[in-house]
Amino acid sequence: MPFVASSKTRPQYDVIIVGSGAGGGTSAYVLALSGVKVLMLEAGRNYDPVKETPMFQTPAQAPLRAASTPDKNFGFHDATIDGGWTSPGEPYMTRRSDKPADTFHEAKDHVAFGSKQEWIWWRTRMLGGRTNHWGRISLRMGPYDFKPKSRDGLGLDWPFTYEELAPYYDKVESLVGVWGTNEGMENTPDSPNNTLLPPPRPRVPEMYLKKHAAKLGVPVIPSHMAIMSRKMNGARIAKVLHPGDANAQKLSADGINARQACFWATPCGRGCNIKANYQSTTVNLPPALASGNLDIVTDAMVREVSVGADGKATGVYYVDKKTRQDVHVKGRIVILAASGCESARILLNSRSARFPDGLANSTGKVGRYLMDTVGAGLTGQIPALENLPVFNDEGAGGSMHSYAPWWLYKEQLAGKLGFARGYHIEISTGRQMPAAGSLGFLDTVTQGAYGKRYKEEARRYYGSTIHLAGRGEMIPNDDSFCEIDPDRKDAWGIPVLRFKFKWSDHETRQAAHMHATFKAMIEGMGGTVLGTPQTDGNKAIYPGGGIIHEVGTTCMGADPKATVLNPYCQAWDVKNLFVADGGPFVSNADKNPTLSIMALAWRTCDHVMAEMKKGNI
Amino acid sequence: MDSPELPRISRREALQWVIAATASAALVPSQVFAADASAVAPAGKPYGTDPLLNHTYQPGELWPLTLGPDPRRTVVALCDLIIPADDRSPSASAVGVPDFIDEWISAPYAQQAADRAVVLDGLKWIDAESGRRFGGPFAGLTAAQQTQIADDIAWLPKARPEHKPGATFFALFRNLVTTGFYTTPAGMKDIGFIGNVALAKFPDPPKEVLVKLGLA
Repeated sequence: MPFVASSKTRPQYDVIIVGSGAGGGTSAYVLALSGVKVLMLEAGRNYDPVKETPMFQTPAQAPLRAASTPDKNFGFHDATIDGGWTSPGEPYMTRRSDKPADTFHEAKDHVAFGSKQEWIWWRTRMLGGRTNHWGRISLRMGPYDFKPKSRDGLGLDWPFTYEELAPYYDKVESLVGVWGTNEGMENTPDSPNNTLLPPPRPRVPEMYLKKHAAKLGVPVIPSHMAIMSRKMNGARIAKVLHPGDANAQKLSADGINARQACFWATPCGRGCNIKANYQSTTVNLPPALASGNLDIVTDAMVREVSVGADGKATGVYYVDKKTRQDVHVKGRIVILAASGCESARILLNSRSARFPDGLANSTGKVGRYLMDTVGAGLTGQIPALENLPVFNDEGAGGSMHSYAPWWLYKEQLAGKLGFARGYHIEISTGRQMPAAGSLGFLDTVTQGAYGKRYKEEARRYYGSTIHLAGRGEMIPNDDSFCEIDPDRKDAWGIPVLRFKFKWSDHETRQAAHMHATFKAMIEGMGGTVLGTPQTDGNKAIYPGGGIIHEVGTTCMGADPKATVLNPYCQAWDVKNLFVADGGPFVSNADKNPTLSIMALAWRTCDHVMAEMKKGNI
Repeated sequence: MDSPELPRISRREALQWVIAATASAALVPSQVFAADASAVAPAGKPYGTDPLLNHTYQPGELWPLTLGPDPRRTVVALCDLIIPADDRSPSASAVGVPDFIDEWISAPYAQQAADRAVVLDGLKWIDAESGRRFGGPFAGLTAAQQTQIADDIAWLPKARPEHKPGATFFALFRNLVTTGFYTTPAGMKDIGFIGNVALAKFPDPPKEVLVKLGLA
């Protein structure tokens, strides 16, 4: 049985992985298929997307038309269990703009935009973590993104170049299936031939936007999404991924062949029971479990990494939530992949006489350089899109078919923009399934219609809106970090995190630029902005954490005195301890982090295997 | 947020109906409705952070409903005033929207409890106004009489001061009816949403659409 109770674990594992999301899932896949014995610990419950995903459920089948509530912040059908902006029994503390400076308050907000919290932290407690609901946007970081300090003097450089990680992007894209095109654009890498899957046609409003955005110089191109736009050839892919390993090839091929292509319906945020998109639970874990090399304990809340007399990690302690017992499991190697902040929490809580400030923290850098993505958005109503004939423009539900990569590199480098880093534009539009509140703009645009005229106006305006969301790079700063709260513990007795977070002018000016750009794009289509474009970026930007791209809390680098991890995501202080989530990120490019988390995790596990074989760890 | 919430929106903004439903209501002070015994939050149990996602829920299944026969008659009349039957689709009350509204105002969440106060007081306001003008409750008025009241409260920014309470209520109520109706199969068909069906291929758009938009 691969899913085991705490009492049935092995006496010793080769590798213990904490977390089952993008980093943990990828690590389990690579290591279990390589033949080592792996234990995965997940803080949430077991979750089976094949049985549990509410694929074709309509809002009317859910309570409150599936509207957002404090229990389900992204709506009833969202694939988030026991989580959201708060998680039951697991508080975190943050400063608030409506409270005295430097006082910490338990997080309680259930809406990101408009929250007074400095940091807002989305968690799930389910197998697969946030990969079950994530946005599937899969953009490679480019060459500039690895050397930002060399380019503009700000932030930090990664300890390697794009070329070092590129082969792992190739592997991840091949395994998970990413649609997109090679456009040969600046700092927007192409993939090798036959790696990307063909993108679907743009939705009609995306085509319209592309035509009119071109006048502004904004390029609208096919998105890169971890969604299978067609069946993939498992045998062909597995042969490339696992050369010379027939067993791994068979496991991988079976996993790929068990997935179906997207059928162009149902919201991706609910997850996918035909396994068309990437979730750890549908892509990484099935072949890893089939190998027989992976045990998984769910409801296992890890609190500490244990350390031996020689200073090496010996395993982890966790609270079994079902029995409330404190359990210790042993492993030769420990990989933390619990999310950037949660992994930092575990390290900071792993205190001992030898490591009084927490494990891997001799530099004091654990929890530092916390980053999120800059987010701001505007919606436009476009008269040209009114009263279109009925046709199916749903596509991969809720997932964009087109986006705009950052296009002002030269202007920015020349210092013309007033902020140092770029953003891309995500597009939400089309004739999507009506949801709670999605027609809430009708009372404004109809100025109070009701009756038969209201129904006619609803037909006229449905499908005539475009939402543009900017997603931009944040530069790490000294004022943004998480640390252990001296007083509060969670329901399991584990000290909780508290957060400080600050945007710099680089981020707020970028957010203002987003609003100005989106207004121009909307008006360029003859449309009207619904809402208020802000010239003050502080009023446009989401609070820290609002885009759910927490990275940077266990940063890697070439200098053991300045960073937590070496260039292989291996703790400088503890050589058999690794981090495989967003924590190792040195910068947070505008490219959404999940694809890079997976590529880094794969590279880390290749290093783990090599070092184990050499007997170094 | 100082404006009506956004229509087809990204993941993060999506479903923040909380804001959408109250955007108009927020234009006037909430004190318009004085504290009222009917505004007490219901005692039902939230569905929790791990509900059954594949289950089809009925209004009243998770928490007790609120509306007695009289306010329900007013709700039905208002639903059908806002979305009447026409040659394309049935009326809002014919597809269960009053049940949804009852579920909404009965829910054990803060936002819905706030809306409950607006809706219950608004229903009283409507019937009182109907009585004052025409001598009976709203549901018993003629279409012309109902329209006369509705025209005074249909658009909050233009409502006269004495009609603001009714207009605040009407803005919220119209949003609720809109959500309730257009998320039903009949409402989706009416509006022209034909997705949520598995397709072997994502179909090309009709030529006339591309021609109309200058994309052909």
